[in-house]
Amino acid sequence: MQMIESGNVAAALGVKLSRAQVIAAYPITPQTPLTEKLSEFIEAGDMSAEYIPVESEHSALAVCIASSSAGARSFTATSANGLLYMHEQIHWASGARLPIVMCVVNRGVGAPWTVWNDHQDSMSQRDTGWIQIYANDHQQIIDAVIKAYALAEEVMIPVMVCYDGYLLSHTYMPFDIPDVSLADSFLPPYKPAYCLDPGEPANLNTVTLPDVRDDINGNRAHGYFEIRHLLQQDMIASMDALERIDSRFKTVFGRGGNPFIESYRTDDAEFIAVGIGSLSYHLRDVVDNLRDEGISVGGMSIQLYRPFPYSAVAEALKGCRGIIVFEKALSYGYQGPVCSDIKSALYQHGRQNSHRPFVLNYILGLGGREIVTKDLYDALKLSCTTGPDAPDELRWIGLKI
Amino acid sequence: MHTKTTILTLPEDELVYPGNRACAGCALGIAYRIGLKALGKNTIIVVPPSCLTVLQGLYPIAATKLPSLNVTFASTAAAATGLLGALKARNKKGINVVGWAGDGGTSDIGLQSLSGACERGDNFLFVCYDNEGYMNTGVQRSGTTPLGALTANTPIKGKLQHKKDVPAIMNAHRIPYVATCSAAYPLDLYDKIKKALTFEGVKYIHIHTPCPPGWGFDPRYAVKVGKLAVETGLYELYEVENSHVRLTGASKKLMEKRKLLPVKDYFRAQSRFAILSDNQIEQQQKEVNERWKDYFEILDDSDEETAD
Repeated sequence: MQMIESGNVAAALGVKLSRAQVIAAYPITPQTPLTEKLSEFIEAGDMSAEYIPVESEHSALAVCIASSSAGARSFTATSANGLLYMHEQIHWASGARLPIVMCVVNRGVGAPWTVWNDHQDSMSQRDTGWIQIYANDHQQIIDAVIKAYALAEEVMIPVMVCYDGYLLSHTYMPFDIPDVSLADSFLPPYKPAYCLDPGEPANLNTVTLPDVRDDINGNRAHGYFEIRHLLQQDMIASMDALERIDSRFKTVFGRGGNPFIESYRTDDAEFIAVGIGSLSYHLRDVVDNLRDEGISVGGMSIQLYRPFPYSAVAEALKGCRGIIVFEKALSYGYQGPVCSDIKSALYQHGRQNSHRPFVLNYILGLGGREIVTKDLYDALKLSCTTGPDAPDELRWIGLKI
Repeated sequence: MHTKTTILTLPEDELVYPGNRACAGCALGIAYRIGLKALGKNTIIVVPPSCLTVLQGLYPIAATKLPSLNVTFASTAAAATGLLGALKARNKKGINVVGWAGDGGTSDIGLQSLSGACERGDNFLFVCYDNEGYMNTGVQRSGTTPLGALTANTPIKGKLQHKKDVPAIMNAHRIPYVATCSAAYPLDLYDKIKKALTFEGVKYIHIHTPCPPGWGFDPRYAVKVGKLAVETGLYELYEVENSHVRLTGASKKLMEKRKLLPVKDYFRAQSRFAILSDNQIEQQQKEVNERWKDYFEILDDSDEETAD
C-alpha cells in the first residue's frame, strides 16, 4: 500500500510491521513523532506491545537490554544528546549481544544546543559494536527497520537505523508499506537461543577475567578478550548476513539490492562524490548538472557504515581519479570519519592496483546549516577540476567567518 | 496474614551456593541467602555493580541458582521494568522480578530510574542492601553513609552530612509497601520479603547490612553490630503498608519495653567512628531520644485508645 507520510511515521510503521514486543522511549526532538505514533498504535489496539514511557534515555535502553535478555523483540529511538546519554548502555547492549533495533533520528549535539540535523550523534557512536545503517529516504527507513530486526536476530548484534532529523523525519514522501503477511513471513517471531528463565538459570554479563577460565565441569570458557574478538568476527560476518537478508527482501518485496552502498552514475565516473543520508540524494542533482556540462562525475552513498563495507567501497571507487567526501560529522582534530574510513579502505586496494585517487573532504550542514545546491555544485566542480593539486586540508561549505 | 517464620519453618532449599566470594563476615551473605529463600526459584534478579556482583561469582562460575541479569550501575529499576515488559509480552506469568542493589546503586546513581519505576507503578520488588558506602570500590562515602563515618574519601574529618533517608523517599512515591530490615534479623527480613511479594507495584525493602572491612569490626561481630544499630534506636525496623507506618520486630519490642541501649555502644564497636567525640556521640544520642520520644507518644496514644 502506498502512503504519503513523514519519515518518522515510516519508521513507526516499520516497527509495527516488525511486531516489536517491548518499546521504551524518552522524548527528544526530532525523534518524538516516531515514538508518539507507536504509543498511538498501541493505545488504539492496532499493535500488541508493551510501551514503557521511561524517565531517561539511559533507562530506555536499560529496558530494552532487559526485555531483549528476557526474549522479547525490543525497540527504542532517540536523537543527539539522548543517544549520548545512552552511551554506556549502547556498549552494554552490543557486549551482551542483544538484537535490539534503535532508530537514531540524526541531530547535532550540544553544547551549544542545536535541534537541527547533522550526523555527529550517531557517528560518535561508531565504535560501540552496533551495526549502523543509514537511510536515504522514507522507503529506505521503513524497509531498513524490518531488515534490521532480521539482521540483528541472525547475528545477535544490535542495529541502529539512522536517518536525518527534519530532512527525512519531518518531511512527507510517498512510500510503500510492506504487506503484513509478507512482512510476517519475512520476519518470523524472535526465538532467542537463550533468554532469562527461572527454569534454566544463568548469570548474564557477569564479571569476566583477563584470561580464559574453566567452568565447574572443566570446560574452557571465554575471557573478555575472546568475547571481544568474537564480536569483531561476527560484525565482519554480518556483512554477508545483510547481503543475504537484503536479497531475500528484494525477492519478497521487490526493493533493495544495495545493502552496502548506493552508486549513481558511477560506471564511467572519473570523480565520485560521497555522502550519507538525504545529502547523497541532494548530491545526485549536482551530479546531473555536472554531467550535463561534460564532467565525468558520479555519486555514492554509504548505506552500511558499521561494519564498514571496505571491499564494496574500494570496488566501487576502483579506477576513479578523485573522491570527494561530503560530511555532516567531524572527528575534531582530524577530518570527517567517513573520509578517514574511505582512505583506509582504499589503502589496501590502492596498494594492489598501484592506484591512489585524491580524496577531498568537505564539512557541511553541522547544526542544520542550510546546504545550498549551488554551494555543492561549486565545491564539486572545483574539486573535479583542481582536485589532484588541491592541498590536503579540510574544507567547509557555507562557513560565514 | 503471615504467621512469623522461625528457624524451624524457614525453607531448607538454598539458592546461594556455599563458598561464594563475599568477604568473611559479610552480612550481605546472610541477607542474600535468606532473601532468596523468601523469593523462591521462580524469580529473575537484576544486579548492578556492587559487592553482590562479586558475591555472585566470576564468569563462568556463579554462586546463585537464579537467572540473574547484571546491568549498568544506574539502570537496575529500569531493567526490572524491561524484564516485566518482556514477561508480559511473552505471556509468562508468576515470575518474581527483583532488583537487588547496594546503597550507592539505590540512593545515588540508581535513584532516578528507581523513582521513574515507582511513578509508573511497575510490579517488582527492589531491595537495597545498605552497607553505608561504596564498599566494593574500597569504602568511599555514599548517600547513606552516616554522619561522622570515616571512609576512603572522608579520611580525616569523617562524613560531614547526614545519611540520606531512602525509605522515606520511596514512601513519598506512595508505593504500596516499604520496609526496613537488618541482616542481623534474617527471619524478619524473610517475612517482609514474603509480604512485599503480595503487593502490586514497586515494593521497597531496605536492609541495614554490616560490613566488617568497611565499618572496622571483627568479622565475627557482623550480627552483633547489626543488632546494636537496632537496639540503640539508631536504625528502626518498620514497615509502611499503603501509607500506614508501624515499627516491627525488634524495634517494636524496644518501643514496648521503652528501653534503648546507649548509641555509644554502637559507635564504639566500629573503627569508622573513631573520630566521633563524646560530645558528638551525645548529640546523636539526643537525636535518637527525640525520635523515639515520638514513638513512645504514639504508643501512649494507642494505649489510651485501647483503654477507652
